[in-house]
Formats: sequence, structure tokens, C-alpha cells
Amino acid sequence: MSKYTEDDLKVELENKEYEYGFYTDIESETFPAGLNEDIVRAISKKKNEPEWMTEWRLEAFRAWTEMEEPNWANVHYEKPDFQAISYYSAPKKKDKYQSLDEVDPELLETFKKLGISIDEQKKLAGVAVDIVMDSVSVATTFKKTLAEKGIIFCSISEAIQEHPELVQKYIGSVVPQRDNFYAALNSAVFSDGSFCYIPKGVRCPMELSTYFRINQGGTGQFERTLVIADEGSYVSYLEGCTAPSRDENQLHAAVVELIALDDAEIKYSTVQNWYPGNKEGKGGVFNFVTKRGLCEKNAKISWTQVETGSAVTWKYPSCVLKGDNSIGEFYSIAVTNNFQQADTGTKMVHLGKNTKSTIISKGISAGKSQNSYRGLVQISSRAENARNFSQCDSLLMGNNCGAHTFPYIESKNTTARIEHEATTSKIGEDQVFYCNQRGIPTEKAIALIVNGFSRDVLNKLPMEFAVEAQKLLEISLEGSVG
Amino acid sequence: MLTIKNLHASVEDKEILRGINLEVKAGEVHAIMGPNGAGKSTLSSIIAGNETYEVTDGEIILDGEDISELAPEERAHKGVFLSFQYPVEIPGVSVTNFIKTAINESRKANGQEEMPANEMLKLIREKSELLEMDRKFLSRSLNEGFSGGEKKRNEIFQMAMLNPKLAILDETDSGLDIDALRIVANGVNKLKSKDNAVVVITHYQRLLDYIVPDFVHVLMDGKIIKSGGADLALELEEKGYDWLKS
Repeated sequence: MSKYTEDDLKVELENKEYEYGFYTDIESETFPAGLNEDIVRAISKKKNEPEWMTEWRLEAFRAWTEMEEPNWANVHYEKPDFQAISYYSAPKKKDKYQSLDEVDPELLETFKKLGISIDEQKKLAGVAVDIVMDSVSVATTFKKTLAEKGIIFCSISEAIQEHPELVQKYIGSVVPQRDNFYAALNSAVFSDGSFCYIPKGVRCPMELSTYFRINQGGTGQFERTLVIADEGSYVSYLEGCTAPSRDENQLHAAVVELIALDDAEIKYSTVQNWYPGNKEGKGGVFNFVTKRGLCEKNAKISWTQVETGSAVTWKYPSCVLKGDNSIGEFYSIAVTNNFQQADTGTKMVHLGKNTKSTIISKGISAGKSQNSYRGLVQISSRAENARNFSQCDSLLMGNNCGAHTFPYIESKNTTARIEHEATTSKIGEDQVFYCNQRGIPTEKAIALIVNGFSRDVLNKLPMEFAVEAQKLLEISLEGSVG
Repeated sequence: MLTIKNLHASVEDKEILRGINLEVKAGEVHAIMGPNGAGKSTLSSIIAGNETYEVTDGEIILDGEDISELAPEERAHKGVFLSFQYPVEIPGVSVTNFIKTAINESRKANGQEEMPANEMLKLIREKSELLEMDRKFLSRSLNEGFSGGEKKRNEIFQMAMLNPKLAILDETDSGLDIDALRIVANGVNKLKSKDNAVVVITHYQRLLDYIVPDFVHVLMDGKIIKSGGADLALELEEKGYDWLKS
């Protein structure tokens, strides 16, 4: 590709009407498609990053060029052309907003369509929302309240400017640049994301919430999230995702790193609802995410996820149980419909003594979709008395979908106790008829049965999120019976 | 209330019902008896609208309206209730949540607002007491791990909550010990009124000692071959069904 210049940075977005979904008409700035060292440097420069950050990105980029896209997952798709993607897109706003009044009304309109009214959010029980819209944070609320407790909750770009010592210390400490193909790519080009730091002994008084969305056509989004819970602190973090529908594949490769220091606890909940493609399996988001948490002594990390969107999902929120007595949990609901493919699960790496992990995975497949659970429970030789309990349940709807379970167990310590349970069931006509007979129409009956099946996981979500997640399950399975 | 005219039905081309005629008026209790495989459960499933069976001929008329083309939930909204012989399990859905959903779906279909929570709770308390049910029972997953007796009691509890016009009790006595049978029958009797009707499907006379029918019909080989009063059930108990075979 041609040499990249400053002028190229000023490429204006062509606003067009899209056939599917809605599209926010905000002035944007988009880089030309393609990826090389100059682009990586340009992203870093654009964001005014210090030298070490630029170098860190370049290291990642160089590692990435030598890596190959993995193909071991049980998913089939056309590999993205990484040179056809634009790696930076930001709403063209120079200043941060002090209040919502200053936010582009069109943006607010978009949030309304998504059912995320910031005003409402503000009124809701203590939810601070840091909204990432096409890679750059445009609105941050409740920052002051958090600041009083010494809690830092901001975009990662801002954190790089304001708290470089924390970022430099922890970024890549759980997911190194060369961890895997997508993590390397993310490390090189990540445009924005969220940063959170909870000081020693502080219990974060509200659920921290971030809404991600993909807005601009052809712009892969590469968020980077870093959550650090200092000794004895607690935080519950919510990540909700929606994207307007789009008739082309969109790549999404995020990295989330959680660090729970001694006696700290992090609860990380996700509701993911990206465009899954249409009924014929066309379009949809490719979601290749690396999420991992590190637990020091007596620390605890819980991942809870409700995955209903994306055409292809490749995601394994994991816990490295480094400290003695640390606890890792993974609660997941993955729904696939039509032609969706999901390969998701977790890794629990037991390094410390008396470490405990729990895995509850609920897979729901409908249409012609394929839903795989892939999990690894690894007990190292010095992890005395490690415990794991895994339960993987699959629910099938119709005869054309698939459910697969790939549990891997590696134990190098004889004191380990590992339990694995798996079930596969089908929504029976007799169950639906029973509900019908009591006056419950089929769609509602399916929703009821699915919610019942998912209850163990839904119960782990914070209240408002659980209600939202239930609705999402219903919407995702609409028209899947007939 | 319910009129069945010349009803023929089959499953996988095998004819199971061969011309059923039945008239049930409001305030009446009818018992349908007969040997295994006579078509008793098929008849109840078909009235409720189970699409596994194909109705090849005849009509099912409820309050003057032919309901044979209606979806099962539409029939339920019109007041048809079936107490299942084998109630299904729905893991993770509590008895309370299920019945709440059922009631509100029916109300919605009939253009009513959802039932207010306090009213719902009051109704649940009242009806669970009627059936001598432990309150803990209500928060358990529907039919999951229930004993045979608990399942049947739960069916009648739902009937009490939904207050149907026409209740069909399919082998409700099976799996019940004598105490549970008494409680269930007592519940049904208390729910009876001059505005509703009950059709009891059973093998044995036993349940009819508690729920006394106005009419007894004998179903054999897909047809009602004999009808009579409560005495007929006693006669069947004594003689079996063979003597009725032509």
C-alpha cells in the first residue's frame, strides 16, 4: 500500500444509507485500509502516546506478522483480509464532554434506538457508564463520585496519558502481546477501551458499566480493557454490546485483562449481542476475543457471559489462579441460531495451593447453528488440593443444529479433585404442548423453557442485567420454532 | 358446553377414534372409562388440541363454537384445561413462575391486564391451602423430581388457579396414594360449580368414589359403546369390560 501521510489521516467518512440497520451520521475520521508499521505508529501518534507505548505496539505488530491465524476452533468462516480493514476510526470531536448536553444529539438518538438512554442509566441504581463509540470514549459519567474513592474509571487512552505507571506495569501482564494471533493484532492496533483501577481496600460502590458498539462500516474494532483490583478491593464490571446490523463481516478482536491482587474480587459480566448475520448466514460480526484474569492470593474472579450475537464467536474467558486459595468462576450462556457458530468456554489454570474453580456452561443451539464448549482445567504440580467443578449443559432446538463439548483436563497433582458433568437435552414437543395447554403460546413457551435452562447462570448476573439478558434470549430465539 | 360430533382421529394413519359423540353440559361431571388402548387419552389430547393427532372427521364444539381448528393455547384461553396423565418437567421454571405466566397469557389473550402481584399471591396462597400443598413446593422447578402424587396435585393446583370452564382429568388417580387421592378429589369437588364441567378419564372406579359422576361412558376401540349413570362404574368394577364386547 502507498506511503501513509498526515493528510491521509483526514480521510472523511462517506455517509451512506445502509440497507440493514441504522447508522449514526456523525462526522468521523477513518484511516485508510491496511496494516503496516506506519499505521501502527500513526495510531499511536494520533493518540498522543508516549514512546514506550508506541514501542510496545510495534513489538506486538512484529510478533503478529510472524503468527498464523488459528484454525483449531470448531468454526468455519472465510478468513478476514487484514489488509482490507481500516484500523482507526474516531468520532471527530476534539473536546471531552462535561455533560450530556454537549454530546452530539445524533449519538444520543443512537443510544435511544439501542435502548440505552444515558439519562435513564444515570437514574438507575448507581450505574456509571463509560461509552465507547467507534473506539473513542465520548461520554463518561459518575467519574466524580468514583474519584472520591480513588477509583479510576476511564478510557484506556486517557489512562495511558494520566496514569502511565499503572498501564505500563499491568498491560500485557496477563495477556502478553504474542499470546495468540488476535491478541497480538489487538496489542498492535487497539484504538480504545476501558481502564479501571480500584485502590487498596476499596469496595466500588456501583456497578461499572461500559457499552461497546461497532458503528462504522469496515472498521474492525479492537478494544483493550484493563481492570486492576488492588489488595482487598472489590469491583463489579458490566460490559454490554450491541451493534447495528450490517451486510458485511466485521472483525472484532478485543483483549480484556483482569488483575485481582491479594484478597481482591472482580466480577466481570458481559452481555454480547452483535449482529449475528441474517437468516441465510450472510454478514455478521466475527468475534475473536481474549479475556483472561490473574488471581493473586485469596483473590477471586468471576466471569459471567451471555453470548447471543456474532456470526462467529471464539472466546474463552480464563482465570490464572496463581495465588494460594484463589477462586475462579465461569458462568456462561451461549445462544446460537440460524447459521451462527460459537466456540466458547474457559481455561482454569490452577497454580496455587487450595485453588478452586467452577465452570457452568449452558449452550443453546437453534436453526442450523453450531455451538461448542471448549474448556481446559489445568492443575499444576504444586497446586495442592485444587478443586474444580464443571457442568456443561446443551439444549437443542430442532434437528439441524449441533452441540459439541470439548473438555480438556490436565492434572499434575494427585491431590486434585476434578468433577465434570455434561447433559444434552432437546426442547420436547411435549414440553411445548404442556405450556400451550396452559395458555402459553409457543414462542413464550420456548422463552420460558430456555430461561429455566439458563437460570443458574442468569442468577449470577446483576439484577438489571439479568432482565436485559432474559429479553435478549427471547429475541435471539424468535422464529426458531416452526 | 361441550359437544363432540362424530369425531374421528388417527395417528400415523392408524385410526384411534372412530366416531365419538359426547354432550357435556355445564354443572355436569362425566366419567370416561375403558380398557387400555381404547383411545381415552387420545380423546383428551385431541380436545386440548394436541397436533400429534390428526382429526379426520367430526366437530368439537365449545359453547357453540367449533374449536377443532384452534391452536391449543387458544382453546386454553377459552377455558379448556387438561390435567395430564404424565405432566412434563420444565427444569429451572418454578411452579409459581409457570402459573403466573399461564394466567397472564390467558388474561392478555382475553384483553385483560396482567394480574396484580398481590392478587396473584393471595390466589396462590388460597389454592395451595385448598390442595394442602407445602409453600416450599411452589418454588421448586415444575415437576422436576416430583413424586407421582406431587405431580398430580400440582396439576389440580394449576386447575384451581386457572379456573377453567371445562376440565379434563386424564388418569388423575394414577400414582396417588389414598390420602393424596382424597385431597385431590376434594379439591376438584370444591372447584365444581354450575358454570363449569369436569370430564374424568379413568381406568378404575376408585376416583369415582370421591368425584361422583353424573354420567359414565365406556370407551372401547375408539367408540363410546355404553353410557349410563354412576352405577355403571360400579358394574364395570365388578364385571370388567369383556362383557361389553360384542
